[in-house]
Amino acid sequence: MDLFVNILLGISIAATPLVFAAIGELVVEKSGVLNLGVEGMMIIGAISGFAVTIETGSFILGILASIVAGALMAFLFGVLTQSLLANQVATGLALTMFGLGLAALIGQDYSGKSTGDFPKLDIPFISDLPIVGPLIFGQDYLLYLSIILVVAVIWFFNKTRAGLIIRAIGENHDAAHTIGYPVVLYRYYALLFGGACAGLGGAYLSLVQTPIWVENMTAGRGWIALALVVFAAWRPGRALLGAYLFGGITILQLHSQGFGINIEPQILAMLPYLATIVVLVLISRDKTKVRLNAPASLAKSFYAST
Amino acid sequence: MLKLERRKEPSKFMLYVTPFVAVVLTMLAGLLLFLLLGKAPVQAITLIYFTPLTSIFSLTELAVKATPLILIAIGLSFGFRAGIWNIGAEGQFIMGAVCGGAVALALYEVQGIWVLPLMCVAGIIGGMLWAAIPAYLRIRFNANEILVSLMLVYVATLLLSILVHGVLRDPDGHNFPESRLFHDSATLPILIENTRAHLGIIVTLVVVVIAWVFVQRHIIGFQIKALGDAPRAAKFAGFSENRIIWLCFLTSGALAGLAGLFEAAGPVGQLVPALPVGYGFTAIIVAFLGRLNPIGIFLGGLLMALTYIGGEGAQIAMSLPSATTSVFQGMLLFFLLATDILINFRFRWISKKPDSLEPAPVSLQQAE
Repeated sequence: MDLFVNILLGISIAATPLVFAAIGELVVEKSGVLNLGVEGMMIIGAISGFAVTIETGSFILGILASIVAGALMAFLFGVLTQSLLANQVATGLALTMFGLGLAALIGQDYSGKSTGDFPKLDIPFISDLPIVGPLIFGQDYLLYLSIILVVAVIWFFNKTRAGLIIRAIGENHDAAHTIGYPVVLYRYYALLFGGACAGLGGAYLSLVQTPIWVENMTAGRGWIALALVVFAAWRPGRALLGAYLFGGITILQLHSQGFGINIEPQILAMLPYLATIVVLVLISRDKTKVRLNAPASLAKSFYAST
Repeated sequence: MLKLERRKEPSKFMLYVTPFVAVVLTMLAGLLLFLLLGKAPVQAITLIYFTPLTSIFSLTELAVKATPLILIAIGLSFGFRAGIWNIGAEGQFIMGAVCGGAVALALYEVQGIWVLPLMCVAGIIGGMLWAAIPAYLRIRFNANEILVSLMLVYVATLLLSILVHGVLRDPDGHNFPESRLFHDSATLPILIENTRAHLGIIVTLVVVVIAWVFVQRHIIGFQIKALGDAPRAAKFAGFSENRIIWLCFLTSGALAGLAGLFEAAGPVGQLVPALPVGYGFTAIIVAFLGRLNPIGIFLGGLLMALTYIGGEGAQIAMSLPSATTSVFQGMLLFFLLATDILINFRFRWISKKPDSLEPAPVSLQQAE
């Protein structure tokens, strides 16, 4: 039973950074912008959160720093793609390369240090219950935040005016502009939210999952988050589900030895990447369905001629 | 107020000037960065951009570094023109090195002038096969080629690791994860004694010329451009999108594979886990820096190689972190993309006039 609980705990911890990054990117893509720089924003979030936590000794300040840093990276992306109309694919790649380099540069002085354990929810008696105690009432605070965030985004898109406007802009920015919605402004808002979420996802890696700093520690999770958005067909609930599925695949490699499966560790390490490809193939097969689900203005530049 | 205004047609002048503007802006931003890091800014910039140009040896090193960058970037540029994004060149580079290197190791101690050409063919095929995966999945299943090609980079890196830990490991190497050193018939001939300048440099120059002729003169070069600029028009004209996807991926895979083989059979001389150092990603910047034009890519590759060589020099001389180079490269791409706007748009200073001074639209005048 302990093994079972441990596996479920492992899955949720592996999934949470993906939940943050994917839900942020989902909002961005709903507004019609494709930001391929998730990996770069995540790694910047990871190092900012880690560095500030080490310097100040405060997890809260560290997390705030990761949010701000991720949003700043996204702002840079916004200036280039929204104000200067640069190609979104190329700019996203630039953001990732720049982010990985800058994070390594900042992180130089921080390798080998550790922030210690991240605080967990601890309700007397309830958190000590078997199974449900550690799984539902004893996780770290950020994990609860990630779930709340997903619910909030569902509510935002379905029940608020701003959510509807963002969806409209993502479907047809010219029409939205004609009605009088400030397309570029809303896209900036969406981008900043996406950056903040990616930054949080990065901080989760460096503060909760493995409280040490390692260069390139995101290891492609930003890209997997991008694939998750496609997998989710741009629906927040399915993004959450997808992230937990991927968390499961990641955990498989840690526990396979425990099950007596003897495969080379590199092959197990390939699993999340191969799974991403398989998932993309399965989801994208039906062209019409993808076209119906994807925001129609995705990755197109908007220029108001009047 | 400052307003963006679309040009009637793209500015040729800006197309060629903006890369230089971007380089200058990167230097200025670099000065600022070094100031923040508390390092002597002018000294660092001099070390990165100018010192490597002052000795023959570092000039040959420049050519050695530029070779894989130019080869890969030429291949990528075809796809980028057509709006097909192969960003997994790093994986194709690794597979080229693995396949070509496997041939070298299988023919260990076999002498012969045909060994190296055979390795090159194997390297090209390895790169092509790895690139064929995203191409096939895109065509057959509509899977996003950006994500698939990128995921395959991680898979290729792990595959290389498995092989040098396993079947390709040096049997006399005390269990180090690396292959045997390639013997003489399996290493690229050196052009200038006591340097690392190898035959691959000449091959790269030939590829640049062939690519230039292809883009300028061949119908497929035109079709690729048409698909990127006006996809609907290209479809109406009957250009097959699938054929162009195949062509772009196989070409870029082949060239990335060849670059990987050159790296393994040239400067490195064996298969090691540390073989890939990100050339496949840097080549993306080179392709944009060179405006997706073979001659431009040639110059862009040299400039990028300069930042590598100079960056290494500055790291040693001023104890700068090794990540400085990638930060510089990222900044360069940012500035390049930012200044791109000047090609299709211009900034105009528009003073705010009261609306009444402007003539009313014709339809309104008629209505009155």
